[in-house]
Amino acid sequence: MAIFEYAPAPESTDVVDIKPSYGLFINGEFVDGSGPTFKTINPATEVPLAEIATATSDDVDRAVQAARKAFGVWSALPGAERAKYLFRIARIIQERARELAVLESLDNGKPIRESRDVDLPLVAAHFFYYAGWADKLEYAGFGTKALGVAGQVIPWNFPLLMLAWKIAPALACGNTVVLKPAETTPLTALWFADICRQADLPPGVVNIVTGAGDTGAAVVAHPDVNKVAFTGSTEVGRIIARTVAGTDKKLTLELGGKAANIVFEDAAIDQAVEGIVNGIFFNQGHVCCAGSRLLVQESIQDELLDSLKRRLGTLRVGDPLDKNTDVGAINSADQLAKIRELSEIGESEGALRWSPACELPERGFWFPPTIFTGVAQSHTIARDEIFGPVLSVLTFRTPAEAVEKANNTPYGLSAGIWTEKGSRILWMADKLRAGVVWANTFNKFDPASPFGGYKESGYGREGGLLGLEAYLDV
Amino acid sequence: MEEEALVGDAVMVSTLTTSLADVAASGATLRAFLHGLPGVDRVGADQRAAMLGTRSIKTTAKAKAIDLAISMVDLTTLEGADTAGKVRAMCIKALRPGSDAPKVAAVCVYPDLVAVAAEAVRGSGVKVASVATAFPSGRSSLEVKVSDTALAVAAGADEIDMVIDRGAFLSGDYMKIFEEIVAVKAACGAAHLKVILETGELSTYDNVRRASWLAMLAGADFIKTSTGKVSPAATLPVTLIMLEAVRDFRDATGRQVGVKPAGGIRTTKDAIKNLVLVNETAGDDWLTPEWFRLGASSLLNDLLMQRQKLATGRYAGPDYFTLD
Repeated sequence: MAIFEYAPAPESTDVVDIKPSYGLFINGEFVDGSGPTFKTINPATEVPLAEIATATSDDVDRAVQAARKAFGVWSALPGAERAKYLFRIARIIQERARELAVLESLDNGKPIRESRDVDLPLVAAHFFYYAGWADKLEYAGFGTKALGVAGQVIPWNFPLLMLAWKIAPALACGNTVVLKPAETTPLTALWFADICRQADLPPGVVNIVTGAGDTGAAVVAHPDVNKVAFTGSTEVGRIIARTVAGTDKKLTLELGGKAANIVFEDAAIDQAVEGIVNGIFFNQGHVCCAGSRLLVQESIQDELLDSLKRRLGTLRVGDPLDKNTDVGAINSADQLAKIRELSEIGESEGALRWSPACELPERGFWFPPTIFTGVAQSHTIARDEIFGPVLSVLTFRTPAEAVEKANNTPYGLSAGIWTEKGSRILWMADKLRAGVVWANTFNKFDPASPFGGYKESGYGREGGLLGLEAYLDV
Repeated sequence: MEEEALVGDAVMVSTLTTSLADVAASGATLRAFLHGLPGVDRVGADQRAAMLGTRSIKTTAKAKAIDLAISMVDLTTLEGADTAGKVRAMCIKALRPGSDAPKVAAVCVYPDLVAVAAEAVRGSGVKVASVATAFPSGRSSLEVKVSDTALAVAAGADEIDMVIDRGAFLSGDYMKIFEEIVAVKAACGAAHLKVILETGELSTYDNVRRASWLAMLAGADFIKTSTGKVSPAATLPVTLIMLEAVRDFRDATGRQVGVKPAGGIRTTKDAIKNLVLVNETAGDDWLTPEWFRLGASSLLNDLLMQRQKLATGRYAGPDYFTLD
C-alpha cells in the first residue's frame, strides 16, 4: 500500500434535485413530448437518472414555430437589451455552477474536477463573451442582420459547453434557437431551459427538444429553420450536409478529428508529458480535438515513453464525483464497445498495447488509459477517430516529416507542437492543416478564440469574432 | 567518493557516475551539460502545480498527512535576535510539539547556536541543522564559507544548509558554485549537506532546474528552495521542478537526493499540497523525513491546530497552542 493514499473525497449530490421525468422546453414552458420516453443513465453506475421525452417531428415543428414567433421580438431588441439577458444567463450559470457541474458529471461521467474547473467556467465565459458582442455587431464586419431560427444539434462529450458555444452567439446576433442535446446527456440542457426562465428570457427564444437521431433529423430538415449548426461525428455531419444541400439554410459543422500532438527533441519534456496526458486523457478522450496521435521525434522516443508511462501510472481512474479523479467513465455502452473494437483492431494489426495497472469499477462503462506504440500511419488506430482514452504513438525524424504525417489524415481539427524553438512553432503552425494549433499546450479553450476544422473535420468557425459570422446574414 | 561508488556497484551505475563526473571537467562542459537539460515551460509547470493543488485531502488521508508533515518539519529560527534561551525553548517544542503528535525532523539555527540546540535535542533523534556559508546572501570568500561550515559541524550540527552564490550562477560561473559545494561538502564530513538554491533570485524555472542539477552533481544530499529571507520563497511550481530533478537524477545516477521547500509554507493546506506534489511526482521513496523536509516556523502550530480539529471536531483558540 502506498504511503499517502487519498481518502475518498466525493462531491455531494445534494445540490442537484433530479425529478423522475422531464418534458420538452417549448415556448418557455415544459411540455410533454409525443414520442416514447427514454431513460438517461449515470454511465459510472448504470443507474437511471430520469425519464426523458422524445420530440417527434410535430413537436419539433411546434418548437420551430415558437422560435419563429419569438424571432420578431428578439431580433428587434437593441443589442444592448439582448446583452442584458445574456449577461444575466452568464451570472446565473456562475451562481449555479456547482449544481450544474455535479449534474454534468452525473449524466456524462466526466470527472467533477473537469466539469467544475473547465466546463462550467468556460460555459459562463462564453455567455459573457457573446453578451459583450451583442451591441457591437456593426463593428464585427458581418452586418447586423440575424438569420432567423437556428436549429442546433450538439454532442454528449461537453453537453453544456457545446450548448453555450451554440446558443450564446446565436442569441447575441438576434437569432432564436431550437436545440437538441444528445440523447445520453440531456440533463444540463434541461437545466439551462430553467435558467432561461429564471433570466426572464422571452418565451420561444430558446427551445430545447430532446430525443435521439430522428429528433435531430427533424430539426435539421425543418423547412422554417434558417441555420443549422451541428457538432458530432463526420458520418452524421455528411447526412446533415446532404439534407441541407439545395436549401438556403446556412450550415456549420464541427466534426471529428485525429489530431497530431508533435513532440520535438528539444521540448520541455515534463510539460510535454502533461500535454500529452491532457491531450488524450482529458474527458476520457471524448474530445473531437483530442491529441490522439502522438508524433514523437525518434531521438527521444524511449525517454519520452518512459516518462509518459510513469505519469499514466499516477492517473486516478474511477468515480467521476470524487474530487481527486482524473479519468472518469466512458459515456455509454455503445461508445465503450466502439473503443474496445478499435483497440482490438489495433492489437490485431500488430501495434503494441499498454495500460497502467488500474482497478476499474465493476458497474458502469470503463476503459483504462491506453497507449499503443509501434503505430504506423497505415494502422487503423492511426486513421480512425477512437473518441476514447487511447493514444497512438508514432515517430518522425525531421520537422518536414512531422508536418507530412500530421497532415496525412482526412481530418484537420487541431494539432499540438512541443518545442522550445519559437521559429519552429511558427513554421509548423503555418504548414499544419488544422483549425487550431496549440504550441506547448493542448486542449486550451477560450471564447475569444475561433474553433473549427479543415477537411472532414467540418466547416465554419465557432467562438471569437469569426463565430459571429455563422449567425449573421452576411 | 567516486572511487568508492565504483566498488561493488552495478556496472551501469559506475559508468553513469563516471560520465557525470566528466561533466564537471571544465566550466565549458559543465555549462554545456546544464544548458542541455530539457527546458521547463513556465505556463505548463504552473498549471500542473495548480492542478495538484486542487487535490482534496480529507479525513484519514488528512490525519496521516498532518502527522507526516509534522515529522518532516525543520523547525527554524533564523533571527538576528535569536538567543540561547529562544533556541532551547524551540528545541523543547521540537521534541514534544503537543499531545501525542510526532517529533519534528530537525531544528534549524545559526552556527553560533548549534551547540545550544545540540545539547537540547541530544539523544532524541531530532537532528540539528545549521545554516552556514555566509547565509543568507552567500557573499563572502570560500575560506569564510568553509570555516563557517566547520564551526557548525564542530558544534554538533548533523545537517548543514548552505547557500549558493546566486551572483555567480546568474553570471554563468557554474564552476565556482560547483567548487564551493564540493569544498563545503568536504567540510561537512559526516553531516548531511542541504544546498539552498534561493530560487526567488534565480528567477526562471530553467535556472531552477539547472541549479538543482548543479547542486546534485557537486554532491548535495538535499536541495532546498530558499533561505526564507527572499520573496518569493518556496512556491509549488519550484518545488515541483526540484522534485522532477531529484527523480531524474536518481534515474540517471542511482543516487537519491532529498528536497526541502522552505519559506512561505505557513498553513496545513500548504504543507499538504507539498506532500501531494511529492506523492505524484517523485513518489513513495521521497515521502519520509529522510528525503523530504519542510522548512518552517509558524507552520507547526497550524498543523497542530488542524490535527486537534480532526481529532475533536472543534478548533481550539490560539492560546491552546504554545508559542515558542
